[in-house]
Amino acid sequence: MAVTTCPVVPRSLASVRNSDAISLVAAFILGVGAAFASPDSGDPGDLAATDAPRRVVSMNLCTDQLAMMLAAKGQLLSVSSLALDPRSSAMVEEAKAYTPNQGLAEEIYLMHPDLVLAGSFTAVATVDMLTRLGIPVVRFDPEYSLADVADHIIRMGEVLGREDQAAQMVTEFRAGLAAFQQGVSRRPRAALYSANGYTSGDRTLAGQILLAAGFANVATEAGFSDAGFMPLEVLAMEMPEAVITSHPYPGASRSEEIMDHPVVQAVRRSGTSGSFSNADWVCGTPFVLRAIGAMVDLRRRMGAR
Amino acid sequence: MRLLTPLVLLVLALFIAALLIGPAGIGPVESLRALIFGGEGPIPLVMREIRLPRAILAALIGGGLGLSGAALQGYLRNPLADPGLIGVSGSAAVGAILALQTGVAALATLALPAAAMTGAVVGVLLVLVLAGARGSSLTLILAGIAISALAGALTSLVLNLSPNPFAASEIVFWMMGSLADRSMTHVWIALPFVVAGAAMLATLARGLDALTLGEDAAEAMGINLRQLRLTLVLGVAAIVGASTAVAGAIGFVGLVVPHILRGFVGGRPGALLWASTLGGAAMLLLADIAVRVVLPARDLKLGVLTALVGAPLFLHLIYRTRRAGL
Repeated sequence: MAVTTCPVVPRSLASVRNSDAISLVAAFILGVGAAFASPDSGDPGDLAATDAPRRVVSMNLCTDQLAMMLAAKGQLLSVSSLALDPRSSAMVEEAKAYTPNQGLAEEIYLMHPDLVLAGSFTAVATVDMLTRLGIPVVRFDPEYSLADVADHIIRMGEVLGREDQAAQMVTEFRAGLAAFQQGVSRRPRAALYSANGYTSGDRTLAGQILLAAGFANVATEAGFSDAGFMPLEVLAMEMPEAVITSHPYPGASRSEEIMDHPVVQAVRRSGTSGSFSNADWVCGTPFVLRAIGAMVDLRRRMGAR
Repeated sequence: MRLLTPLVLLVLALFIAALLIGPAGIGPVESLRALIFGGEGPIPLVMREIRLPRAILAALIGGGLGLSGAALQGYLRNPLADPGLIGVSGSAAVGAILALQTGVAALATLALPAAAMTGAVVGVLLVLVLAGARGSSLTLILAGIAISALAGALTSLVLNLSPNPFAASEIVFWMMGSLADRSMTHVWIALPFVVAGAAMLATLARGLDALTLGEDAAEAMGINLRQLRLTLVLGVAAIVGASTAVAGAIGFVGLVVPHILRGFVGGRPGALLWASTLGGAAMLLLADIAVRVVLPARDLKLGVLTALVGAPLFLHLIYRTRRAGL
């Protein structure tokens, strides 16, 4: 009975026909449960393509944000619960309009998605199970550069059937980026330094944000082109002009104590210090423009133009 | 004392080596000049704020753990007693973590070592009660396993409940110990308590020697066993508590060092105390040099190395104890 009320189930059943009986039974039971999942979102109205997905669930912080920016009204059902965490997410207010998910296969199946968005490192076992159950899953790699950001916006537009909106967003993003690319006469040497001495070199999104803001990255000079743990001694020897640390989380941790170490304090005193909030830095969304803007302000405060 | 000079020289050599080894790659002469005379630039900063506290803590904590192990073994007349193995370090870690996660440690500097010491006192008392005054190997080890397991579970529980996403990944630090990224602040937290505890344990030398003849004989020689036990508990708790609060629980130092040195001091527990202090300092300095040479950028935990050396020895000791029919 539930099968007939849920238009997506027959398709999932058809696609698991060749797999073993257990999956079939599981899909059937889950399908019954899906009758109690969130209500049908109604007519997605302004969807450009008729074959565009209508019940999209995102289970990765970064796909959450791109999907919230691009999806048509009612097209996106659920985002990951991380999207509601102000320390990680730049879109907490927007995320409140969606059902949060914990990234568990069972709850996602019950939402009856016709498209699941995941990161390439998001709970691989969960994503595999959803694929086995016949749900289309699109995975997004992490962004390592500002070019990746534009690529992902376009790709998100394609999978959601919102190409025009994506193209417009990319145009705005590139314009915003171009505004920062006025000549920089001198690049101050800066280091990103967070818990356990974690630093990001030029081959990371955070490193690219730093470069776009007109800094030179000390981590790359010290041999950390990718992200890695830079020992305190190396930081001290490099003597960066600016140390940019992350905002500490509540509760104590030994990992974050390093940001109060006398050496970091001494480097801070001799130069400039700044801090970055994870929310704008962690995902390749147009919010990286805000991160670049904050770093440009820091550079201007240092007197470098 | 033909053992004293070589041990002192060994500790000194390892201390200097610990000061000279690090990822910054500074020449030895330049390093020591910057350490002693200071000056401008990053090198004095590296030497005085990173390497010096690390070397001091390795010597201090290693010495303290060696001494605690020797004292516990002398009192229990059992070579298997080690503060890490019998759960004292684990209990101290629980105390320290509770102080850190409840925020009490941020209110007063002394709160962290005090809480760790309270945990250590609970751990020592539990072991002494469970194992009895003359602990047989079996009850001692069983009590140690139970207390260590409980302490480990509480450590994991509290850190998993923490709102800080990094806390849960630090379970391995609290169970294995590390001296990475410590500062002079940590030296000042640990030093007074370790020194005070060592001074207390040093007074036990005569009592522990007398105890080798049995409790009745020791009392006949004028040893106050009640007072001896109290001094032992407080001394071990002060050392292990303060050490664990800044470096996590480092096992096996108090087991390996007295075992190696016992033959050199003629098996006398009193003389073994100071010898194990120097030996423990040497062992932990060596372990801390090794973690920096083997995996410079990864913060390999000290307890990994001490356990790799100590656990086979522990098995050997159990085997020998069994053969002796104890």
